[in-house]
Amino acid sequence: MGRADRPIECVSIGIAMNEPDKDEGIVLTEAQKRARRSRSIAIALSLAALVVLFYVMTLVKGPVVLIRPM
Amino acid sequence: MSLISEGADFRGPVTAGAGLALAEPSSATVGDYLALMKPRVMSLVVFTALVGLAVAPGSLHPLTAFTALLCIAVGAGASGALNMWYDADIDALMTRTARRPVPMGRVQPGEALAFGLTLAAFAVVVLGLLVNVLAAALLAFTIFFYVVIYTMWLKRSTPQNIVIGGAAGAFPPMIGWAAVTGSLSLEPFLLFMIILLWTPPHFWALALYRCEDYARAGIPMLPVVAGEVSTRRHIMLYTLIVVPVGIAPWLLGYAGALYGATAVVTGAIMLTLAGQVLRERRPVERACRNLFAFSILYLFLLFATLLVERGWGGLIARLSA
Repeated sequence: MGRADRPIECVSIGIAMNEPDKDEGIVLTEAQKRARRSRSIAIALSLAALVVLFYVMTLVKGPVVLIRPM
Repeated sequence: MSLISEGADFRGPVTAGAGLALAEPSSATVGDYLALMKPRVMSLVVFTALVGLAVAPGSLHPLTAFTALLCIAVGAGASGALNMWYDADIDALMTRTARRPVPMGRVQPGEALAFGLTLAAFAVVVLGLLVNVLAAALLAFTIFFYVVIYTMWLKRSTPQNIVIGGAAGAFPPMIGWAAVTGSLSLEPFLLFMIILLWTPPHFWALALYRCEDYARAGIPMLPVVAGEVSTRRHIMLYTLIVVPVGIAPWLLGYAGALYGATAVVTGAIMLTLAGQVLRERRPVERACRNLFAFSILYLFLLFATLLVERGWGGLIARLSA
């Protein structure tokens, strides 16, 4: 196994990458797409609500927000 | 319904193991994830936490109170999701739980686990950051107790599972109290004890008429292990204990006459129904259903009266502050 072998490997990889991708991988059904979209929207809304909660609580507490008594 | 029970009373077909090993993209909807959080159990948790929060001395900004309740609700939902993840195998065998999202294959076990862990982490961290550390620590312990101590250990190993495991459902009023005061005292401990001692007669009444379900799933509930007669005696024993404990807040001066009257009257009804379960021979199901249904009302009335009598004024004052 010497350095001379490597260009041949690179060429073979290059050819493989230029070939059309016959395997399309996992294809979602319409129901799965709808479910994924609804989950994504729910996650986005939850994160937005969390941001708003932290923002408003910071306004409410003011500088005291850094003081968290036991 | 119990704070440590399995929520909705499903009666669909049993699909043991269905979908548990699927590796295709998830079709879980938002509704399936909401079902994982056991919304009915969550509502009772939020209610008892609200009472703990409302009767506690001191002041709390309404938004902070809302945040505390939100975190407690999400923490309860996390516990439910983690319970459904771990118990998917036995849920599939029980008529009452077979149509849950994990045994039905709508949510993969890994998804339920990730969902539960994420919710638990968010609930505890947010409660610690925005309310106080003691409340967050109690919430973390409650989730740990429910998932590890009750679900993973006690539920499948001892007929005393719900006696000890009931503590998980009894913590929310203490968390509510801790959210306001940053400390604990005898009064929230009494609320804790009421729920803790209320859980066994409530749950055993259900287990008596769902005995075959539990036996099929191999869960060592008291009726399965010790038999019907022993369970009826245990129900009466715990009812005899919970009724005086229910009256104790009035006797100790933490509650007024309205609460005292409510606790005495509803306690007498509980004892009567437990007596019917003890005496009735066949069929026992009707007496058990009556006790099970009334026990929910009993706990609700005790806490609602406390809320009206002790907490309502304070809660309104806090909201208008």
